[in-house]
Amino acid sequence: MSMKRPLPLVIGHYTMLIVLAVLCVLPILIIFATSLRQQVQIFAEPLNFIFMPTLENYRAVLEEDNLNRYLWNSLFVGIVSTVITLVLGCMAAYGLARFRFPGRQAVAYTTLLLRTVPLAVMAIPVFMIWNQWQLVNSLWGLVLLYVAVNLPFTIWLLYGFVLQVPVELEEAAAIDGCGPIRIFTKVLLPLMAPGLAAASIFTFRIAWNEFILALVLTDRQTRTLPVAASLFITDLGVDWGKVMAIASLIAIPPLIFTFVAARQIISGLTAGAVKG
Amino acid sequence: MRTARWVPFFYVGPAVLLMAAACLYPVLTAFQLAGYEWSMGTPWESAQWVGWDNFRLAFGNERVWSSLWTTLLFAAVCVSAEMALGIALALALEHKVRGMAFFRTLFILPMMIAPIAVGLVWRYMFDAQFGPINAALVMVGLEPKTWLADPTLAFAAIVIADIWQWTPFVFIMMIAALANVDSSVIEASRIDGAGWWQMTFRVKLPMIMHVIAITLMMRLIDAFRVLEVVYVLTFGGPGDSTEILSLHIYKTAFVGQQLGVASAISVLLLVVVALLSWGALRLSNPMKDER
Repeated sequence: MSMKRPLPLVIGHYTMLIVLAVLCVLPILIIFATSLRQQVQIFAEPLNFIFMPTLENYRAVLEEDNLNRYLWNSLFVGIVSTVITLVLGCMAAYGLARFRFPGRQAVAYTTLLLRTVPLAVMAIPVFMIWNQWQLVNSLWGLVLLYVAVNLPFTIWLLYGFVLQVPVELEEAAAIDGCGPIRIFTKVLLPLMAPGLAAASIFTFRIAWNEFILALVLTDRQTRTLPVAASLFITDLGVDWGKVMAIASLIAIPPLIFTFVAARQIISGLTAGAVKG
Repeated sequence: MRTARWVPFFYVGPAVLLMAAACLYPVLTAFQLAGYEWSMGTPWESAQWVGWDNFRLAFGNERVWSSLWTTLLFAAVCVSAEMALGIALALALEHKVRGMAFFRTLFILPMMIAPIAVGLVWRYMFDAQFGPINAALVMVGLEPKTWLADPTLAFAAIVIADIWQWTPFVFIMMIAALANVDSSVIEASRIDGAGWWQMTFRVKLPMIMHVIAITLMMRLIDAFRVLEVVYVLTFGGPGDSTEILSLHIYKTAFVGQQLGVASAISVLLLVVVALLSWGALRLSNPMKDER
């Protein structure tokens, strides 16, 4: 629309946007601010945000509380689950989008329904089955679980992206003598890059953030960061500086992804409901 | 394209096998476990088949009912507030302005960070002694409150945390939907003399009704799945005032050690969520054959 909006309206618009942005960002800033303060200050003046920042809380949790190890556990589980989910999910999305085969409809429906299973429902049977399979207290046990719970959403998201790639491109490649595998890797994958970016961020986010199943399936050695963070909450009072230092470590990777790939994330969020 | 018959299974097979083994199989096992009496720490071989007893125990337990009620209330309050706020804000701010991409980035931050971090920061915010919210109340001359020790205020706290995290999602869905509305329709109704009220309620909202319905279903489903934020923020307390169903299941299984009864309750939760998901699929099935 080319109509020029009156200035007060424009100012009002930006004022509202800024207020909303502050509401969204403030609690996250408080996580980081608190993690950089000494416990004494946190207790004495909760609202004073002018202070000498210190990395003491980070040093304390990483060196004294074994968090180094949990950080690596989280990274390993997050990255490995994401890679496996992406490879398998991409193949499945392609298969479902491009071929008609017996059982396709059943696979599609089951996949879509599995997407919404509450993790609290999974916790008990997974605890039992993973015990039988001897996958408890192992990082690979967590990886297997996170791949399985992330596949439904990944397949669903990538399915839409496969459909956007014209079949004619693949047919042309086939005429040029490419086999099905080469068509998949050389023609389709490059064109799906934005979808793959969105899918990998969503998968990493779930695997990195997940708490309840990790709590049930891990021990002192295999804990992930969210589980470690939860153990700092005790009835005897909370060391907020340390807790917020861990919360910051948990929050940093998703925040980086958000700033780098906001557009892909939003297209992933709205996929299926809104075109474009 | 002519392809060998095994090709589709080559692509779909690995993912399907993995989902079947590590996602579908556990879900089906939940149904099986609901028929057994089995305490934590004892071997599976010692579990006793008890038929419907676990369901009888679960439905006869007042705490299950109060927990179900808490869940319904939580879902209803959060989702209606998020939908109303998200739609209202989207209508107010739908006009395209410079810098919106940056603001959208800031708006999705709350839903990207870990639920555990969300729970932790709100627990700190609401802390009775050291929390910023009470400090702010004192500064403007109001009484500080013991937020997480009061049943009503603790419930308000988990609702506020959820609204903070998920209203931006509704807002972004609605902004995207409104941007997709055919501008010639808007123009036509403007020429026909439609005022703001008519334009909003007779033209715009009906045209994005489909997206509103899908967003509503997605939010409802997620509201029934909430667990982690409440786990750290209140752990269901004080008393059982914020003990939503998924937390009740966790506590029954891993604190109370009654795995069978907990499975029976989780079947109940699963049925509720499955019905909602089925409804959502009927609204929009992205894998329909026709496409």
